[in-house]
Amino acid sequence: MDATHELTQLDPRYKTMMRVVAAIFAAVLLIAATIAEIAIPGWTGVVWVPVAIVIAYLVIYLPMRRYATRGYSLAEERLRVVRGVLFHSDTVVPFGRVQHIDVDQGPLERGFGLATLTVHTAGSHNASVSLPGLAHEDALAMREDIRAAIRRDTQ
Amino acid sequence: MQSEAKRTDPRSFAVRAVTMLFQLVIPIGVASATILDDGDLGDLAAYFLPLVVLIILINIVLAYLQWTKLTYTVGPADIRVESGVLSRSARSVPYERIQDVSLEQKLLPRLFGLMEVKFETGAGGKDDLSLTYLSEAEGERLRELVRNRREGVQIDDVEGAERGEPAAADTLFAMGPKRVLTFGLFEFSLAVVAVIGGLAQQFESFLPFDLWDIDEWEQRLAGPGQWLAGAGPLAQAAGIVIAIASLAVLGVATGLVRTALREWDFRLERTPKGLRRRRGLLTRTDLVMPLHRVQALRLNTGFIRRHFGWHSLKIISLASDSGGANHDAVPFGRMEEIEHVAGVTEFALPSTEARWERAMGRYRTDKALLATAVLLPTTILVAIFGSGWFWMLPALGLAFTLAEQWWRWKFDMRALDQKQIYSRHGWFSPSLAIASRTKLQSAEIAQGPIARWRGYASLHFGLAGGRFRIHGMPVEAARQWRDAVCDSMAMTDFSNLLEEVSPVSD
Repeated sequence: MDATHELTQLDPRYKTMMRVVAAIFAAVLLIAATIAEIAIPGWTGVVWVPVAIVIAYLVIYLPMRRYATRGYSLAEERLRVVRGVLFHSDTVVPFGRVQHIDVDQGPLERGFGLATLTVHTAGSHNASVSLPGLAHEDALAMREDIRAAIRRDTQ
Repeated sequence: MQSEAKRTDPRSFAVRAVTMLFQLVIPIGVASATILDDGDLGDLAAYFLPLVVLIILINIVLAYLQWTKLTYTVGPADIRVESGVLSRSARSVPYERIQDVSLEQKLLPRLFGLMEVKFETGAGGKDDLSLTYLSEAEGERLRELVRNRREGVQIDDVEGAERGEPAAADTLFAMGPKRVLTFGLFEFSLAVVAVIGGLAQQFESFLPFDLWDIDEWEQRLAGPGQWLAGAGPLAQAAGIVIAIASLAVLGVATGLVRTALREWDFRLERTPKGLRRRRGLLTRTDLVMPLHRVQALRLNTGFIRRHFGWHSLKIISLASDSGGANHDAVPFGRMEEIEHVAGVTEFALPSTEARWERAMGRYRTDKALLATAVLLPTTILVAIFGSGWFWMLPALGLAFTLAEQWWRWKFDMRALDQKQIYSRHGWFSPSLAIASRTKLQSAEIAQGPIARWRGYASLHFGLAGGRFRIHGMPVEAARQWRDAVCDSMAMTDFSNLLEEVSPVSD
C-alpha cells in the first residue's frame, strides 16, 4: 500500500454478512456430508472431518481475510477500491470519469443495513467498479460527494 | 434534402422466419408427441402435418408482407417509420428529441450480421422507435448521423455527400488498386488453407479426383507428359509439390479476393465532422469517426509484412456497443502515411527520446517456468505411454512458449511521456498501442499470488472502446504510472473530453 492515503475499512457488519452467506453454503455442505456419512457404514468421520475443516475455512477464516484485504479511499477526488485475498486488485476511478452511480441493497444487505456502491465509467475494462459492504448512509453520502464533484466540474 | 424511404435489411425477414420456426416447431413438436403418444399414429399425423405446414406458410407470408410494408426515411429534420399491412401507422421522431441511438445484437440477428437500432427518446421502454433489423453498417451510420445532427454540425445527407463531393475534403490516405492487391498478397490466410484442405478431405468423394492420392497425381502427371513416366520418385515429389502449391494458390487467391472486396478504393478524408472512411467493392461502407471521440491508436504489423515496411493503423473511438469501436484508419501503409494520419487525430507516434522499458525479467521467467511445469511432464508422460510421435505436440508447444517469452522479453516495451502512454507487444503480429493520458477512464493494479510473491504487477487502464494493459511492471513503477496518469485524468472532466475543441476550459 502506498502510505500517502490511508484506506478506510469497510463496515464491520460486512464481515458478519459474509459469514452468514458462507454459513448458508456450509449448511448445505454439512447436510450432504451427513448423508454421505450415514451411507458409509460405521461412524468413521472420513467425510465429516474434511468438510468441517473446509467449513471452518469458509466461515471463520476467509471472511476475516477478505474483510482485512478490502478497503477504499475517496482522497483527492478519486475513488480507490482495494480488494482480493489471492488475486489482489487496486482500482482508481477519478470522479471526473464517473458516468453514473448506483447504490444497491440486496435482501441480506438490507437486513444488515449495508449497501453496495457501484460507479460506472465509459471504459470497456472496469466499466463498473463496485464497492460492497458500506453502511447504507455512508454509501448515500459517498454518492452525494461524487455527484457534487461531477456537477462542479461540468459547470 | 429528401432521401427516399428504405426497407429494413432483407435478411431480417430470414431472422424472423427462423425465430418463428423455433417458436412454432417446438410447441407443435411437443404437442404432437403427447397426442401421438396415445393411439392412432398414422391418422393423426396425416391430419396434423398439412396443418402445421399451412400455419408455417401463412406466418412466413405475413412476415414477408410486414417486411415489405415497413419503411423508414431519414429526413432532413426527423426519422420517420411507416408500417402496417392492413392498418398503417407512421411515426416521426425529430432529431432534437432523440437522446441517443442504441444498437443491439441478439444472438440470431448477430449470426446474420444484423442489429436492432433503437432511437431513445426518453419516452421509456416500448414507446421508443426501433428498427429490426438493419445491417451493422447501416446501424452505425444512422447512429453517427443522429449524433452529428444533435451536435449541431450542419452536414449534407450522407447519400447526398456521396454524389456531390464538397471540395473541402482533404484526402489523408487512399489505396489504389495496386496497393489493395499488394495488401491482398499479405493477407494469405493459413486458416483458409486449413479449412479448404479439411473440406477437400471430407468431401473428396465428390471431387473428380483424389487430392491426397499421390499415385493418382503421378498418373495424371505422367499421362500427358510421357517424360515423367519413368521417373517414379521425382513424379511423386512433383505430386506433393503440386498439391501444396494448389493449396497455396487458393490461400493467396482467397486473401486477394477478400481484401479486394473489403478495401477496394479505400479513402480516408478529413471532413469538418471528423475522419471519413469509404471502402468496399460490392458493399461500400461509409463511416465517420469524429476526431474528438478518438480514444487511442493501435499500430499493427505482421510477421512478414514488417520486413517490407507495411503497417496498419486502427482508431479506437468512443462507442459503447460491440463491433463499432475499432476502426481501420490505414489498413496497409507506410510509416510516414500513418504518422500523417496520427497527427490529424492529435495523437503522436512515440518520439525518439521516449524512454522504453521492458517487463521485469522475473515476470517472463515465471511465465516460462509455469509453461514448463505443465508441458514438460505432459511431454514425458506422452513419450512413455503414448503412441508414435504424439509427444512432439506438447514438446513443440513448450519450445514455442519458451521462444515467445524470450522474444517478448526482448521486444515488449512500455513508455510514458507528458501526454501519452505507449505499449509495444506481441510476437507474430507486433502492435503498438498509444493512449492519451487524459482520455483514460480508470486505472487498476492487479496482482495474482505469484505476482505478489515476486513483486510485479499488471497495470490495467479503462479505455472507452478498448483495453490497455501492461504486464510485468515492478509494483513501484506501476504505482508511479498510475498516480501520474490519474493526475492527468483529474485535470479534465469527462464531459470536456467530448467537446469539440480545447479540453481544458473552465
